[in-house]
Amino acid sequence: MNNVLKRINIFTFIKYFVYIFIIVVILYPISYMVIISFSDGLAVMKNEIWLYPKGFSLSVYDKVLRDPRIMTAYLNTIIYVIAGTSISLSTTVCAAYALSKRNKLICHKFLSIFILIPMFFGGGMIPTYLTVKNLGILDSIWAVVLPGAISSWNLIITRSFFINFPHEIEESGWLDGLSDYGILFYLVLPLSKAVLATIGLFYGVGIWNAFFGPFLYLDNKTKYPLQIILRDIVMQGVENENKMSNAALNRDGIIVGDALKYATIIVSMVPIIIVYPFIQKYYAKGIMIGSIKG
Amino acid sequence: MNLQQAFKNRINIIKPYYTKKFAYKLKRLSNSKQLLVLFMPCFIYMLLFRYLPIWGVLIAFKDYKIFKGFMASEWIGFKNFISFFNNPMVYKLIMNTFLLSLYSMLWSFPMPILLALYLNELKGARSKKFLQTVTYLPYFLSTVVVVGMFILFLSPRGFVNIAIELLNKHPIVFFSNSNYFRIIYVVMGIWTGTGWGSIIYIAALSNIDPTFYEAAKIDGATKIQMVTFITIPCILPTVVTMFLLNTGSLLSVGFERIFLMQNPANLSVSEVLSTYVYKQGIKSANMGYATAVDLFNSVVGLILIFMSNWVARSVSEYSLW
Repeated sequence: MNNVLKRINIFTFIKYFVYIFIIVVILYPISYMVIISFSDGLAVMKNEIWLYPKGFSLSVYDKVLRDPRIMTAYLNTIIYVIAGTSISLSTTVCAAYALSKRNKLICHKFLSIFILIPMFFGGGMIPTYLTVKNLGILDSIWAVVLPGAISSWNLIITRSFFINFPHEIEESGWLDGLSDYGILFYLVLPLSKAVLATIGLFYGVGIWNAFFGPFLYLDNKTKYPLQIILRDIVMQGVENENKMSNAALNRDGIIVGDALKYATIIVSMVPIIIVYPFIQKYYAKGIMIGSIKG
Repeated sequence: MNLQQAFKNRINIIKPYYTKKFAYKLKRLSNSKQLLVLFMPCFIYMLLFRYLPIWGVLIAFKDYKIFKGFMASEWIGFKNFISFFNNPMVYKLIMNTFLLSLYSMLWSFPMPILLALYLNELKGARSKKFLQTVTYLPYFLSTVVVVGMFILFLSPRGFVNIAIELLNKHPIVFFSNSNYFRIIYVVMGIWTGTGWGSIIYIAALSNIDPTFYEAAKIDGATKIQMVTFITIPCILPTVVTMFLLNTGSLLSVGFERIFLMQNPANLSVSEVLSTYVYKQGIKSANMGYATAVDLFNSVVGLILIFMSNWVARSVSEYSLW
């Protein structure tokens, strides 16, 4: 009996240990950034800050929010996210609805394969860049929003949702003389808010986080989204610092710079953190829909 | 009745059928008119942004000059490929790409499975939910944020080095030492991807029939026996499928992450095929050549996925198709 109890205790101990370990590994880096960015510069300099902020100060946030570069980029990103999400969502939903009508849509098989092929073959970086260039949308909002507008994966998830949509509702609309558009807009869409939210969040977060597309297609600095500015700020002077020997480090000057970098990262993360609970709720569901009915 | 007559009769029999079929097609077309309109934006998008670039891959076989354009550039056959394979860099590039994704696969592939198994053992629904919420979070942070965080934490003044100093050791300048590049890359992959990757295994675990466990319990199986004889065999098909998908992408690495982590000090291990394509194609405007390298990369990827699928089908009953 005693022996069994001991074993159970060790198991539960390991269980709790792993639990806490995972949480610390993921949350500590994020909370560390928050703590540093809210702390007083002097305490940061002395490496005193580990678990909670010392000498609360908002001076770095003041600097971040006054930086015209960051604010322009923030605004740009918001515009890109709104425009991109609405374009992506509307086109995806319409196409998915059409594809879900297997018996009605002519050439259904061809169109399905047409959607599937880009999941496996792609032109690659250079041909895509040339296409964007030849379409004349380089260095404009369209270059950010259009090249990745529709993801076949999201399209398929949405389609399988529409396939499972109760037919009786659509039939009743059809009997009352609604057109296909009418059925989609008046009957189906109001009842599929969950899937719209899922797909919309998929696209929105994707555009918010996009770095390389805008980096490749945009030249004009006033059009840069947040991620590019973030990269410029965070990686600023990293190479020089790495070359410096530790003894020669001038901690005083650079610490403020680090707090500023942390604050910029936090500011760029805020919208994601706000929508995260919703995303998490819907995302997992969305993946399930896709995995059950391909 | 001569032959001609017979033929005519035949035509007369077939004709109504043809017109009927044609009428049927026409009817279907007019029935699906509105659906086709709904599909149209997607169709145009796919043609312009997905199929046009596939056609554009042909510049790999051309001496592409931007001012001449696609049509006027000269065909040069496999010259781009030959000059790539004659490049002394080629071995290094392929090895860098291959090793980076091999290490990252070996280390990060088992993690989501372990996490899912661990979550499965947790009792409380709330603590389970909380852990899931926390582990999914890094997946939603952008690559720039994640790479930026790692760079800052591992910099000479980051908390990792402060901790090392507290232990009275010399601080390590992680990012300017090429030895650490692969480790950092792999750890970053695990940190961001483990939680999200576990979703598919959690789904597989929740599909296991609970009566299996009840029967095992009655037969007096221990916890570990239940895991090895019920849980693992039940999720094996999912594991095999995911493994196949991973081997298929052995030559495609997380380009954005590497691009952001790259600096002159770690170039000897961080220069992979896709970053080379970017440098050649966009920076040096060597577009035909870069496309050839990219094409080589994706063809090898396709071959790998077909091969791994074939192997899986011949040694087990699970495969992708």
